[in-house]
Amino acid sequence: MATAAELSPMTPAPFRVVSRRRETSDTFTFELEPAGGAAVRPRPGQFTMLYVLGVGEVPISFSGVTDGPLVHTVRAVGAVTEAICALEPGGVLGVRGPFGNCWPIEEAAGGDVVVVAGGIGLAPLRPVLQHALANRSRYGDVVLDYGGRTPQDLLFREELAQLGRRTDLQVDVTVDTAAGDWRGRVGVVPKLVADARFDPAAATAFVCGPEIMMRFTVEALLERGVAPERIHLSMERNMQCGLGHCGHCQLGPTLICRDGPVYRYDELEPLLEVREL
Amino acid sequence: METIAGILSGVPLFDGLDESRLELIAGCGSNCGFDVDEYLFREGEPAATFFLIRRGDVALELFAPPRGAVTIETLQAGEVVGWSWLFAPYTWHFDARAVSPVRAVAFDGGCLRGKCGDDPALGYDLMSRFAQVMIERLQMTRLRLLDVYGNGG
Repeated sequence: MATAAELSPMTPAPFRVVSRRRETSDTFTFELEPAGGAAVRPRPGQFTMLYVLGVGEVPISFSGVTDGPLVHTVRAVGAVTEAICALEPGGVLGVRGPFGNCWPIEEAAGGDVVVVAGGIGLAPLRPVLQHALANRSRYGDVVLDYGGRTPQDLLFREELAQLGRRTDLQVDVTVDTAAGDWRGRVGVVPKLVADARFDPAAATAFVCGPEIMMRFTVEALLERGVAPERIHLSMERNMQCGLGHCGHCQLGPTLICRDGPVYRYDELEPLLEVREL
Repeated sequence: METIAGILSGVPLFDGLDESRLELIAGCGSNCGFDVDEYLFREGEPAATFFLIRRGDVALELFAPPRGAVTIETLQAGEVVGWSWLFAPYTWHFDARAVSPVRAVAFDGGCLRGKCGDDPALGYDLMSRFAQVMIERLQMTRLRLLDVYGNGG
C-alpha cells in the first residue's frame, strides 16, 4: 500500500467520493478516500489541490482532519468548484497535497482559544475547534464567533446547534441580514469579538474569512488587547502549483502555498497595507 | 436595589461622566421590561424615549413588502436603542422588537432634551457620546453593504 510520502506532489492521485452532504444551496462537504490505496495525513489549516479531469484544479482546505477519509467543504463559485459539487458518491477526482503550513493550535495550549470565522472561512477552522474540544482540558475558554450572509448560508448548522448547547464552549453566530423569524444576532463578526468572554492576555485567535472581514476582526481583537503575534490568519490567493514554483500566489516576499496559508498578524500586517498585493 | 445612576455608571456609553451628570440623566430614566416579541416601539410612532438594554436582545426591523419584517440589526445588553428622540420630527424609523426577555432603562427624551437645553455642556457631551454610537453602527453597516460573503467576497 502506498503511503503519504509516496504521493507525488506533482501528479494528482485518484480519490473516490464516499459521501456528499449539502451544507447550503451552493456548498457541499465531501469525504474522499483514495481509489488506489494511497493515504494523506492532513493537519489543520492545510489544503489540497482538487482536480476534476478536463475542467481544472483548485485549492481547497481541509474542513475535518481524521485518520480516515479526507474531508473538504466546497462552495460552487466557478467552473471547477461547480464540477466538484456536482460529483456524487462513487465519483472520482484527483488530489495533490497536502500543502501549506497549519494552524498553531498546540501553541495555544494553556490559554484561551478564539476562533473567528466568516462565511466559508469556517471550513478551515473546523479542525481547530475539533482539536480544542477533543483536548478540552488543555485549553481555557474556547470561543467560536461565526458570521454569515443569511441564516440559510451558515455552514454546519446541525453541528453549530449541538456546539451551542455545550457549556464548555461559547458559540456566537451572526448574519448580515435575516427575516423577522430569525432568533439570532444580526450584525457583523467584529461585534461578536467585542462581546465575547475570554482573557485577551492569554488568548490565541484563529481567523479565516473574506479579507475585509479579517481586517475588521483583527482591529476588534487588537482593541480587546490580544497581542498581534497571537492572531493567526489564513490567507487566500490564486494558488496553482501548491509547491511554491509558479508564483501565482505571491504575497510580497512570501508564497502563500509554500509559506502559508496561515500567517501571524504581526508578520502579515505590512503586506496587508500594500494595495497592489 | 441598584439605582439607575448606578446602572448607568457601568455602561460604556456613559464612561467617564461625572456623578452629578449621571444623576441628571438618571432622573429622566425608569426601569422597564418587555416579553419576547413585544415591541419597544413601532415605525412612525412618536420617538419620545430611548432605551438602554440591561438584559436580552432587541431586533431593529423594517417591514419590507413582500418580504415582511426584515431584521436590520440586533442589539444586546449595554447598548442603546433609538436616537430619533434627538432629532425632529422625533419619529421612529424602525420597529424595535424584543427577541428574548428584555430588561431596560427607558429615558424620557423630552426630559433629557430639556436638561440639555438648560446645560449646553451636558448637551454637547451627550451628543458626542451618541455620535460615537452612530459612527460605530454606520461603519458596521458599511461593512455589511460590501456583502463580503457573496460570490465576490
